Amino acid sequence: MQFMLLFSRQGKLRLQKWYVPLSDKEKKKITRELVQTVLARKPKMCSFLEWRDLKVVYKRYASLYFCCAVENQDNELITLEIIHRYVELLDKYFGSVCELDIIFNFEKAYFILDEFLLGGEAQETSKKNVLKAIEQADLLQENVDFQTRLFAV
Amino acid sequence: MPAVSKGDGMRGLAVFISDIRNCKSKEAEIKRINKELANIRSKFKGDKALDGYSKKKYVCKLLFIFLLGHDIDFGHMEAVNLLSSNKYTEKQIGYLFISVLVNSNSELIRLINNAIKNDLSSRNPTFMCLALHCIANVGSREMAEAFASEIPRILVAGDTMDSVKQSAALCLLRLYKTSPDLVLMGEWTSRVVHLLNDQHMGVVTAAISLITCLSQKNPDEFKTCVSLAVSRLSRIVSSASTDLQDYTYYFVPAPWLSCKLLRLLQCYPPPEDGAVKGRLVECLETILNKAQEPPKSKKVQHSNAKNAILFEAISLIIHYDSEPNLLVRACNQLGQFLQHRETNLRYLALESMCTLASSEFSHEAVKTHIETVINALKTERDVSVRQRAADLLYAMCDRSNAKQIVAEMLSYLETADYSIREEMVLKVAILAEKYAVDYSWYVDTILNLIRIAGDYVSEEVWYRVIQIVINRDDVQGYAAKTVFEALQAPACHENMVKVGGYILGEFGNLIAGDPRSSPLVQFNLLHSKFHLCSVPTRALLLSAYIKFINLFPETKATIQEVLRCDSQIRNSDVELQQRAVEYLKLSSIASTDVLATVLEEMPPFPERESSILAKLKKKKGPGAISVTELEDSKREGGELNGGSDRGPDTAAMSASNASTPSPSADLLGIRSAAPINAAPAGAGSLLVDVFSEAGPAAPSTAVNDDGFLRFVCKNNGVLFENQLLQIGIKSEYRQNLGRMYLFYGNKTSVQFASFTTNVSCPGELQSHILSLISEVIASLSS
Repeated sequence: MQFMLLFSRQGKLRLQKWYVPLSDKEKKKITRELVQTVLARKPKMCSFLEWRDLKVVYKRYASLYFCCAVENQDNELITLEIIHRYVELLDKYFGSVCELDIIFNFEKAYFILDEFLLGGEAQETSKKNVLKAIEQADLLQENVDFQTRLFAV
Repeated sequence: MPAVSKGDGMRGLAVFISDIRNCKSKEAEIKRINKELANIRSKFKGDKALDGYSKKKYVCKLLFIFLLGHDIDFGHMEAVNLLSSNKYTEKQIGYLFISVLVNSNSELIRLINNAIKNDLSSRNPTFMCLALHCIANVGSREMAEAFASEIPRILVAGDTMDSVKQSAALCLLRLYKTSPDLVLMGEWTSRVVHLLNDQHMGVVTAAISLITCLSQKNPDEFKTCVSLAVSRLSRIVSSASTDLQDYTYYFVPAPWLSCKLLRLLQCYPPPEDGAVKGRLVECLETILNKAQEPPKSKKVQHSNAKNAILFEAISLIIHYDSEPNLLVRACNQLGQFLQHRETNLRYLALESMCTLASSEFSHEAVKTHIETVINALKTERDVSVRQRAADLLYAMCDRSNAKQIVAEMLSYLETADYSIREEMVLKVAILAEKYAVDYSWYVDTILNLIRIAGDYVSEEVWYRVIQIVINRDDVQGYAAKTVFEALQAPACHENMVKVGGYILGEFGNLIAGDPRSSPLVQFNLLHSKFHLCSVPTRALLLSAYIKFINLFPETKATIQEVLRCDSQIRNSDVELQQRAVEYLKLSSIASTDVLATVLEEMPPFPERESSILAKLKKKKGPGAISVTELEDSKREGGELNGGSDRGPDTAAMSASNASTPSPSADLLGIRSAAPINAAPAGAGSLLVDVFSEAGPAAPSTAVNDDGFLRFVCKNNGVLFENQLLQIGIKSEYRQNLGRMYLFYGNKTSVQFASFTTNVSCPGELQSHILSLISEVIASLSS
């Protein structure tokens, strides 16, 4: 995978994960163009499209579009399921995830993604194992930060 | 859902985010952001050292602001400080910040690398993972330099935890992709390959991506992975849905791992070991069988996962291209998908079939679906699917269906998306040329292309049609006539004017006999478009005009009048002015002979590779190269096959060409449809192939005057041709000496025996010509 973008129906970017080195300017340009292209698609169209020299796999979940750009030899259907698995992970973690969760806890969305995909490839495909890893980290934090939370803003 | 998260709930951050969301305008948002930035700046600069929690919170806010799209130019130092914290979430935020806002300050890099090093050697798996994730996310050269030797060690060490191994594998992959020279696998190769046997499925999943990439670059070193991969795949495919527990996804066992294994196998040719190969074939058949079974779940995730494996298996079958049984089954499966309810599956089936079309085993099977594909082209509502259908038609095109496919593509072009028109035009042009048996069809097709999609007809395309018309005598008259008719349309595209101008300029004489297309009529037709055209076209038309003066002296006065007028000889464009002035002068000064010499018919173009193909490859980009390369090889193979399809005459003719002695190769210099000594199909420049396949025009049984007269100004040519024999002539003259070679080509499949020739100098000529005739070999092989 080259990159993954999550954006709302108004085109607001909620998450951007880049697996290839690109300048900030290029990232912005790609984001703008791709968001426009995907938002222009009608509901019944297929989930794949060719864009520049990449393949784009996207799916809409409620108000969020999940969009992945993969290379030409990559398997589109399995990428679609990568998206679904990621949504499942978010859902399990937040309990019925919605866009607001991702907005207010964006850093968590990145952390969960990192446990699932790394360097653009699936790292751990067992839902249990991924969630376990995240919960472990959370537990670490709970124990240490208990005191600080009482006094901080 | 509550706005505050589990775990550490940075309330200040949540408040900030709410504020931003409540801003009514962009200006308000920017104001709020600047206020916060100022706040954070002062806190960072402040006297009091910030505690970890606050630092984390502010760094996170900065990150949020950056992700909104604003530039951040500070905070890196604080983020780096967070890395050395003992608290997990502080580290986490620090790492996240530096992975997203990559900074190339060398001091910072040194500190970051230091922190990473500490975490890597901490023996705390969560910290190690954090560090590895960071390296994988950033993947910079400096990181590669620092850690490329360390990570393989972690990967294969016995005491490394599984989750750390997974991260290490993919981290190493990232480093390899960005700095391959720094990642030396050497001593680790066998142990990395061995990870394929690991008990933990997650480790295998991660490791296999690494192995696949390494195999592509060093296939020999990693080839032991093939048999391991096959056995792993075989175990997964034959497992029940409960065996793999959490690695089963909606009743499909380990879909991601299966796909990756199949991908790895595509890096290698089919396994040589019989047992391994047998197991693999069994696997593939099982996968194909499962596709026919009723689904275990109605959920789309189940079918997607199952089909993902299926498509990857089909890719592997296509890659091997050696098991006809599997190829045909794959083709049939794809054929079923072509009419599936789900658009995604139709799309993928069309895409997969494209590659299948170039395999010799399945090419015929693919062709059986032509009606479905044409239907898809016409009725699919999704433009991406229509485009795949067009690609497939292009891939499955061969001699038997070329006319039908080109016709369909032309009608599709009339309503196609603008973004794909240029590519479509190139493809139609290539197909028309490739499979033209009757060149008047080719000319029609190209002119249709110009009519339908003139704007997208690039130079390469219309240059090509001109080259072909020039090189083929038999189609020149037809081209002139057709172009003339096309130009009469009230609105015709400028490219049509270019082609028309050139062709009428060269061959207008062929239709000048008909009063409807008399010279003056032709001139007026062209000139009526003159003022509508761009400068380059006008320049071309001016050249056509001077050619008219040569061809049709009766038009001289009219044309000179045009050239003389101010808008030409005082034209602001230098090129047009120059042409007008020079042509005008040429027409007035030069005698008819000189004019005829200067404006002699264009000589045939030398054979060269079609620039259209090159342009198509460039257009499709590197990713599509493999498809077009496959097509080329298919085409080359197809030529040999195509040769056997046709009747015995033409087959024999090709055979005879191959065996005629080399002097007949000089016939290549000749413009007419002299069959070219067909070099092995692989040599193919397109122009050559086209000629050799098309064969000669209907052989004339007698030389007519026109043909004979040709030799007044030409030294080489076909003197005589019928079903049995072709006689070519090549002559050279120097002062009072002349030499004539006569070449006899045997067009039949039988040998001529006792072949004799008789050259006679009738009457008067005898006294003028002293002739020396050398012997001809008595038998002419077929």
